[in-house]
Amino acid sequence: MLILECPCCGVKAEETELSPGHEAHLKRFGPGSSDEEFESYMFARKNPKGVHFERWRHSYGCGKWFLAARCTATLEVFGTYPAQTSEPPPDIVARIKARRPEWEGCK
Amino acid sequence: MSTRLARGGRLIDRNHPLDFTFNGKRMRGFAGDTLAAALLANDQMLVGRSFKYHRPRGIVAAGAEEPNALVQLGTGGRSEPNQRTTTTELFAGLSAASQNHWPSLEFDVGAVNAAASRFLPAGFYYKTFLQPRLAWKHLFEPVIRRSAGLGRPPEEPDADRYEQAYAFCDLLVVGGGIAGLQAALSASASGQMVMLLEQTPHWGGRAPVDDVLIEGRPAADWVAATVASLEAAPNVTLRTRCMAAGVHDHGYVLAEERVADHTPGDGRPKKRLWRIRAGKVVTATGAIERPLPFAGNDIPGVMLASAVRDYLVNWAVSPGDRVVIVTNNDDAYRTAIAVHRAGLTVPAVLDARAEADGALPEEVRSLGIPVLTNRAVAKIKGGKRVTGVAVCAQAGEGAVLDEFACDAVAMSGGWSPVVHLWSHCGGKLIWDEAQSAFRPDPARPPITHDGSAMVAAAGSANGELLSADVLADAIRAVGGEGPAPRAQSPEEAPTEPVWIMPQGATPALRSKMWLDYQNDVKVSDVQLAAREGYESVEHTKRYTTLGMATDQGKLSNINGLAVLAGSLNAPIPAVGTTTFRPPYTPVTFGALVGEARGEIFQPLRRTPMHDWHEAHGAYWEPVGLWRRPYCYSRPGESHGDAVAREVTNARTKLGLLDASTLGKILVKGPDAGRFLDMIYTNVMSSLPVGRCRYGLMCNENGFLMDDGVVVRLSEDSWLCHTTSGGADRIHAHMEDWLQCEWWDWQVYTANLTEQFAQVAIVGPNARKLLEKLGGMDVSKEALPFMHWADGTIAGVPARVFRISFSGELSYEVAVPAGQGLAFWQACLEAGTEFGVLPYGTEALHVMRAEKGFIMIGDETDGTVIPQDLNLGWAISKKKADFIGKRGMERTFLASPDRWKLVGLETLDGSVLPDGAIAPAPGSNANGQRNTQGRVTSTYWSPTLKKGIAMGLVHRGPERMGEVIEFPKIWGGVVQARIVDPVFYDKAGEKQDV
Amino acid sequence: MSEAVSALGNASFEGFATIRELGPVGMITLRAKHDLPALPKALKTVLTAELPERRRIISAGEVRVGWMSPDELLILLPYAEVADRVVALTEALGTAHALVADVSDARCLFAIEGEKAAQVLMKLCPVDMAALERGELRRTRAAQVPAAFWAEEGGLRLVAFRSVAAYVMGILTHSARPGSELFPA
Ligand SMILES: [Zn+2]
Repeated sequence: MLILECPCCGVKAEETELSPGHEAHLKRFGPGSSDEEFESYMFARKNPKGVHFERWRHSYGCGKWFLAARCTATLEVFGTYPAQTSEPPPDIVARIKARRPEWEGCK
Repeated sequence: MSTRLARGGRLIDRNHPLDFTFNGKRMRGFAGDTLAAALLANDQMLVGRSFKYHRPRGIVAAGAEEPNALVQLGTGGRSEPNQRTTTTELFAGLSAASQNHWPSLEFDVGAVNAAASRFLPAGFYYKTFLQPRLAWKHLFEPVIRRSAGLGRPPEEPDADRYEQAYAFCDLLVVGGGIAGLQAALSASASGQMVMLLEQTPHWGGRAPVDDVLIEGRPAADWVAATVASLEAAPNVTLRTRCMAAGVHDHGYVLAEERVADHTPGDGRPKKRLWRIRAGKVVTATGAIERPLPFAGNDIPGVMLASAVRDYLVNWAVSPGDRVVIVTNNDDAYRTAIAVHRAGLTVPAVLDARAEADGALPEEVRSLGIPVLTNRAVAKIKGGKRVTGVAVCAQAGEGAVLDEFACDAVAMSGGWSPVVHLWSHCGGKLIWDEAQSAFRPDPARPPITHDGSAMVAAAGSANGELLSADVLADAIRAVGGEGPAPRAQSPEEAPTEPVWIMPQGATPALRSKMWLDYQNDVKVSDVQLAAREGYESVEHTKRYTTLGMATDQGKLSNINGLAVLAGSLNAPIPAVGTTTFRPPYTPVTFGALVGEARGEIFQPLRRTPMHDWHEAHGAYWEPVGLWRRPYCYSRPGESHGDAVAREVTNARTKLGLLDASTLGKILVKGPDAGRFLDMIYTNVMSSLPVGRCRYGLMCNENGFLMDDGVVVRLSEDSWLCHTTSGGADRIHAHMEDWLQCEWWDWQVYTANLTEQFAQVAIVGPNARKLLEKLGGMDVSKEALPFMHWADGTIAGVPARVFRISFSGELSYEVAVPAGQGLAFWQACLEAGTEFGVLPYGTEALHVMRAEKGFIMIGDETDGTVIPQDLNLGWAISKKKADFIGKRGMERTFLASPDRWKLVGLETLDGSVLPDGAIAPAPGSNANGQRNTQGRVTSTYWSPTLKKGIAMGLVHRGPERMGEVIEFPKIWGGVVQARIVDPVFYDKAGEKQDV
Repeated sequence: MSEAVSALGNASFEGFATIRELGPVGMITLRAKHDLPALPKALKTVLTAELPERRRIISAGEVRVGWMSPDELLILLPYAEVADRVVALTEALGTAHALVADVSDARCLFAIEGEKAAQVLMKLCPVDMAALERGELRRTRAAQVPAAFWAEEGGLRLVAFRSVAAYVMGILTHSARPGSELFPA
């Protein structure tokens, strides 16, 4: 059972205090978008074995959504950061690169 | 025979005799006994029957690894199956019964299975599953069900209570032997918060039994002193009777504490599940001795050598007067010494090795005990009890060279480190040639959140068997400082692997060599599996059931995979082990459930009027975690009759509904209107202050997810009503969009659902009631339909909404929850003269269906868009965007060729079956009958005196008047005409008066 | 005019810790960014209270102000004062973006008292009670429901939702049963 530190309130919350939210950093496609764009937004989710960026909500705590970077294979956590972020912050990217030199980056 | 010795027994208190029963027979033991020790003291070696062949089974071990001695413990509300006698502490009045036999333990009919054992080979189940099919159903299964199986499930509710507790520490040490104690001691010196768990009631593990000296004194002295200093340390928590069951992600460890197992009925929780979060875990879980595979090794009286020693030293119990020792290592010689010291006879030590001249064998020889090297057991003589041993050469095929009469055999195949906890989260193992055992590979530990090692193994669990090495390893495992205490124990020569005894045993002998005692898996079964092509150890396990018994292969796994490796001509590490999964030993359901039973099984949500409903005949309907009255039945009245009465009363006089469960979310801020225009399909920003508007919410797919009345409270604030049970979900949905997508919008939400009790006052007399209660002008002019007002009614601060879900004149009144019951009672009291009656959710449903109003969850199922429900009018054409807009534009949703909402009226006036599906001509590509519609809501309408229904029908609105057929549950069809879904007051005049 | 009642009518239980349902107690939810300039002044003038630091609860007389999230405060005060204070806070915050709402009736409040009070919550909350700091307000779950608690003189206070008050009383009394101490003396 994971522990993730909520960046909004600082609690090291265990998984039962959190709600999972799927992949982070999705771009919303609304009216006017192509079928392909809408499909990628709604359905095409990454499912990597390795480095992954996810949304979590501190639902039994401060109620805030936040983002987490972790390894889905080893459950190593590279960091958590606020949901109001469009891409992974540089310090977390640097930490991932140090721990996973073979990581190809976000795309 | 086995018996209690006159002297000794370091764990028993002879001043405290305890009476207990086994199979109804009265027996006596002492405080400090395990049930197994007490049974042996009463010469009860035979304790059960095996799973498949019903072979007699005796006590083999003295600890958690025991595969045989499982009993049904207790009776009635305290009956528990499959309890290990070796870990069950004796208490006064304990009652135990043996399992898996019929009609009696001594005489068992099922033992005929043993005679038929050639018909129950490896893979028996799989083979009979395959063919012939009917034979399994009518022949094999009934026979096996009657003759196999262990204990009986309890028939009464558990009389005991259970709980859970959370604990946090820097270091969790599992195992209270000398390794665990030393690890805890070293770690505590560095100031870490340390927790130390021991599964038995005693500290020290094997060392006090094995004559180990630490700092020149008996190990027990060092253990006592170490425990005392740990108890005095403020940063150390110690728990005995606490079994670490599993190591999980990020240092999460589950442990089961046996709080009152041995003191039943004293009011304490029987068991407690500890949910421990540890920075690091040290597994000082020791090692388990392996049996030796020789013919007849399952006959009662054949025991692990270490167990024989434990029973002698700890409980002063002699397993037999004459004990033959069989071994492939030096450690078992300690048992010979212990037997001799107890004044009993060791006819011989049979050592499979060519040489045995270490310190321990020499000491045994000096006691006058014959030590026979290069020798093996050809077979054990005896049936329900060992009577003798036939001896052969280990190198040969089993030709008998000699025989010894004896009543117990102590066997030792070497020691396997307990690597379960190390392995649970992915710790890898390496094969240790010298010990012939798998041990943790320190280079490949399980890792935790920061990528560092989560678990370290220490002592015997790490493959160290000599006490001095064990203590040094414990210090290393915690990164401790300083020299280890000086421990003295004799040097031991290497173990020689023996996987089959004798090495060239004939097939007849191999079919009597048990690997898994409980599941009756023999050397011959594993060899057969290998011949049949089962090369993977995981497949072999499932095919043969090796290691699948309640002991999870603690004794059998290594021997089994070694036999498999031998059959495959592969090295043991290449075959590998099966996966180690939690729990280490079984954890009772009670502990996993904890407090969540009975009244607090789950959080029941109660409205302020809940107790009133309960006291007035409410028949409850669960709605989410709420309970809402379905109807209020009078004595002798059916639920259907009650619903009809409630509907008619509300339509003709006055009804009251507890609507407190409706979600109420306050949305406020400069961007609140803009936000709600995104959340709802219709426009909410244009709603004038003081007005109410029905709104729809879709998800991004365009599917309808919730509905409710939105209220404009002020220039910058709205109150959004959601479905009952939908409030938390919708509030979370709003927060998700605000926090993660439109985080620069200035909007705050607050879920005020429980702040208010809400009462729907419904019917032609609704206004009269409010006027009588007094305090607000609720006239049509002052408060028109779809308006709201704040004020005071009957002295209670109230917000009144003119909204109607029934089609009648209706007010919904929200008051502070703390005054909800008082307000409800005031309405009932004042309403008597107007014919007031409360009504429940079913009457609500009937009335809304009569009016053709949809219900989320009935008319919607997550694949329905508002247009399907003729709610296109509530979808804004002007808005550039709202959640679900893009989704709805997909071709298959925009197509007119969909199932759409209609009313359904049976030709015979009957009620359509709920969920019925109307077939259509032809069949689809899968050969299934085509369909053209389904019933989504169906009721008896007391107003119209006939069955009414709503349904989704293919192009339904274009087919008004057409008759389609629905099948009935018990055969036949019912014909229904497609009609307008609004059955009652189509013009909507009644609600707007 | 009827008197407001708390969810359980001040039920209580004596175990190895004492459990009491309190109330009715006034509670106000105040949502605003904590760096909102008008906020400290509004708290000061209306409640004579300071703005709490992250995850703290501070007291000013009978008033408690707790940090619930980066944009939410929970204010506890006498029930009778709520209506006036809601108005006053709203006025004090003026045109600033904020939400002030009376949630007194949406919540329940429990006292868990005695030397072993923390052991009750050790059985229900995935929280290291030994690490709970003075003046810390911890939001978490108690068994299956959301809860928030903090230490007060003589024990702990726990807030939960009103509809589950009976459930919360049930789990607290189960956990405080005599003889079930986690650390028997
Ligand atoms: Zn948080």
